Amino acid sequence: MQFSWKKPSILPGFKLTLGYSLFYLSLLVLIPLSTLFLKSASLHWADFWNTITAPRVLAAYRLSLLTALIAAAINTVFGLLLAWVLTRYSFPGKRIMDSLIDLPFALPTAVAGITLTTLYAPNGLIGKYLAALGINVAYTPLGIILALTFISLPFVVRTVQPVLETLDPDMEEASACLGAKRLATFFYIILPQLRPALFTGFSLAFARALGEYGSVVFISGNMPFKTEMTPLLIMTKLEQFDYTGATSIAVVMLLFSFLILMTINLMNWKLAK
Amino acid sequence: MRQNHNLIQPKQKWLHGFWLVLALSFFSLFILVPLFAVFSNALSKGWQLYFHSIAEPDAMASIKLTLLTAAISIPLNLIFGIAASWAIAKFDFVGKKFLITLIDLPFSVSPVISGMIFVLLFGAQGYLGPWLIAHNVKIIFTPFAIIIATLFVTFPFVARELIPLMESLGNDQEEAALTLGASAWQTFFYVTLPNVKWALLYGVILLNARAMGEFGAVSVVSGHIRGHTNTMPLHVEILYNEYDFVGAFAVASLLALLALFTIVAKSLVEWKSNIKREVLA
Repeated sequence: MQFSWKKPSILPGFKLTLGYSLFYLSLLVLIPLSTLFLKSASLHWADFWNTITAPRVLAAYRLSLLTALIAAAINTVFGLLLAWVLTRYSFPGKRIMDSLIDLPFALPTAVAGITLTTLYAPNGLIGKYLAALGINVAYTPLGIILALTFISLPFVVRTVQPVLETLDPDMEEASACLGAKRLATFFYIILPQLRPALFTGFSLAFARALGEYGSVVFISGNMPFKTEMTPLLIMTKLEQFDYTGATSIAVVMLLFSFLILMTINLMNWKLAK
Repeated sequence: MRQNHNLIQPKQKWLHGFWLVLALSFFSLFILVPLFAVFSNALSKGWQLYFHSIAEPDAMASIKLTLLTAAISIPLNLIFGIAASWAIAKFDFVGKKFLITLIDLPFSVSPVISGMIFVLLFGAQGYLGPWLIAHNVKIIFTPFAIIIATLFVTFPFVARELIPLMESLGNDQEEAALTLGASAWQTFFYVTLPNVKWALLYGVILLNARAMGEFGAVSVVSGHIRGHTNTMPLHVEILYNEYDFVGAFAVASLLALLALFTIVAKSLVEWKSNIKREVLA
């Protein structure tokens, strides 16, 4: 039998639509993205290594990873709580709250950035009370965590919510009838069923927070070694026309995001089996 | 389900209340307070200054550029989205999964890197830089670069809405139409399009929000030339850094209105069409 790469079909337009898609994809996405790898291939290994292990760069990586991790963890806990309240409770304004959960995705990041900075600056609406307590939020890692928590807030809610909606109440009833306390039912019956969704939400939030630029640029203060995030560092290098430096750091960051995405896909695939 | 839930635990009303208050506090702190703050800051010096800040020529220029960017990004990525989903959802071929992964690529790239790749391509020291200079063509630091970067970051929106829906609908209706003598275009316009119109609109709503609000990628390629290469988010940044807070928040309030409009439109389409909510926006 002859090998064919496409199943026969009577529908028209395959060559036209696939051809156009591949053309547009190559022009807009593949060719521009390949410049990143072309550029990094032209770097000398020693230069590349020196750039990505410079103390300032390592500090930025550490800060990015740590703040993104904390923000994703906060969102995992509170995202579960919000999803829980939205599916299991009824209260006035629930539908509006449900829709407004998407605000961090719909609101341009620059707007989020200036708003949070203004609110939490030492003379801001919330910041002045915190400043009285001796807590500085704006221009510290705490502010970065705040901004990252805001922009990645919807992920866990939106991955957990549909699973919670379809959970079978029979199991919870059975658990209760067999004498389990509510807490035991939650940890042994409900949580295991939510674990894949929680993990996916956490990873998506983490990946988004890792690459975030718009909201963080305002609130971080951008001080090297202290509050300089990796995307900000790339931006600084670009502004100094240090393309090779920017490329080196960007490649490492890109590999990180792909690693996260691969982990999600692998986990989903394993859980689906 | 709720009745069952109450049936299981009749005595723990206070615990219910506790979780609800905790959730509402978190929600208020992270969503309601910032949303309120955008408008209250914008109007802090009165309506007159608010309108004055928006009508200011550089602000108007940024609004125009943002609208232009969206007006170009929507049709181009819409046509691509339709073509790609037709090829992927209606036919079976080798490498389909891989193609879907490639289409999703722009979503997994940091905004700064999305802008940077176009600097590497078109910049003065970029791969096409010397050729562009020799032919006296400027791309980086022009509105053209902003549009290209926006096209990149909004690339997958329509395709990723249409592909799963068209796959689940199958080919039966189209095959029936063709067998009954409809032409290819008739089949598409009278059979396929009505079935996917809500998903298409949904994708366009999300695409539009991102096109108008994108900051990181356009920031890299814009050069921040006032009245020329500033989109609304970039103009917000400039005003904010110049301590013109009312001006910054006035323009920001327009973007916040856009966000509210997006949320309402999105909820309406979800309600009308039973589309499952989008996780990745």
